[in-house]
Formats: sequence, C-alpha cells, structure tokens
Amino acid sequence: MDRIPILRMGEFLLVTIQVDMHDRLAMSLQDDLTTRISETGARGVLIDISSLETVDSFIGRMLGNIASMSRVMDADTVVVGMQPEVAITLVELGLSLPGVRTALNVERGMDLLRDSRKNSEEHR
Amino acid sequence: MTVVKVETMPVDSESQVVAVRQTVRSWAGELGFSLVDQTKIVTAASELARNTIKHGGGGSLKLESLNEGIRKGLRLIFEDHGPGIPDISLAMKDGYTTGGGLGLGLGGSKRLMSDFQIESRVGEGTKITVVRWK
Repeated sequence: MDRIPILRMGEFLLVTIQVDMHDRLAMSLQDDLTTRISETGARGVLIDISSLETVDSFIGRMLGNIASMSRVMDADTVVVGMQPEVAITLVELGLSLPGVRTALNVERGMDLLRDSRKNSEEHR
Repeated sequence: MTVVKVETMPVDSESQVVAVRQTVRSWAGELGFSLVDQTKIVTAASELARNTIKHGGGGSLKLESLNEGIRKGLRLIFEDHGPGIPDISLAMKDGYTTGGGLGLGLGGSKRLMSDFQIESRVGEGTKITVVRWK
C-alpha cells in the first residue's frame, strides 16, 4: 500500500499531502506520524495540505486526531496551506478544526512552530 | 426539467470514495460550477458515499445533469439496501453518530447542497437524493 512520506527537518517533521487520500491512507498517516514522533523525539509537525482539493469530515477528524496525539507526545502541530474553497466548505460542513493550529503557508507554519518551541523553553 | 446525462457507479468499497470524488468533480466542472461550488458538491458526495458504505453496506451512485429552463443542476442519488435509518430526524442532527465518526455527514451535506431528500425504510435500505443548482 502507498504511504505519505514524512520528512525530518531538524526537530520538526514535515508532511506534504499531495494525493487524494482514501480513508485507510489517512489512518496510516496518523499511525506513521505518531511512530515517527516517538522515534525522533520531534517537537513539531507541519502538515501541508495546499494540494488537497477536498477535506471532508473524515480527513478533518484525522487532522484533529494528529494534533491531539502529537500534543500528548509533547509536539506541536500546524496545518498549513488550506485552499480558500476548502475552508469555506469545511465551515459550512460544520467543522472548524478545533484544537488544530493553522497557518497560511509553510513559512508561517515553520515560524509558528519555532516560536512555540522558544516559548516553551523559556518557561523551563 | 430534463435529464441531460446519466451515469451510475458502484459505491461498495472504501477506496471507491476517492473514485466518487473524482467523478463528481469532473461532472461539476463540466457543468461550469465555480471552484467553491465544486468543492462543496464533492465534499457532500464524499460524506454520502462513506455513509453508503459504512451504514448501508455498499450501494450505488447515480449522477444526473439537469436542465430546468435556463438553470443547470447536478443531481446525485445514493442508494443502498442496508438496514435503513429508524429515526431520520435524529440521524440528521449534527453530532449524532452510530459509526464512530463526527456525525456531520447528513446534516453537513444538506447544508452544502441546494436540495436534500432522504427516504429510508428499516430493513430495506436508504435513498438520498441531493441537487446543487447553478
């Protein structure tokens, strides 16, 4: 079965979703990411969904799950690059992705992850 | 109202949801729907296709492109021969789920489409008809 690649960049993991995911692929991404967080000790996960043309409730739930799972593993999650028509549709569908941090693009998402790392280190 | 074009496709396995999304998107594009409308229609179809598989045990999707006067529309009919829905108004409620999901499928797809019609008989199956007018 095909898988979505997870790249490591310093203390962060990067995922770019470029295919229309079927449900099982979305589930395996969830599992793979938690495994990689625990293997690498990553402090943040950035998920780029700019190529996704559709986000339905299943994929929305998966994004929420990933954010919750990484939070309990001490990593932050940022979802970046949502297309405007996807955002309009998601909200009308009734899904506002509570608990999922978002940024407009990869650059801003990385800034967000770095800032939140810096803040948490200062509090230590 | 005239039906200009018809196609029926099976909706019987999880991987079929992706095929439904692709087919519905190409029909919506062909009818000239805006990108926002296309996304809404495809998302609604994705929700309904998953319901057909998860709750109905699989079924079919009939696509129809419609002409009514000067307006055009896309009608999607999802049909299964599963257990049926005992309480439709409860099933339509946001957050109500029997499948472990978020419970947004029916209510959400109703909001995304122009017309929404559901017929269900316990023990016989469910038929959901949605239309999006341009």
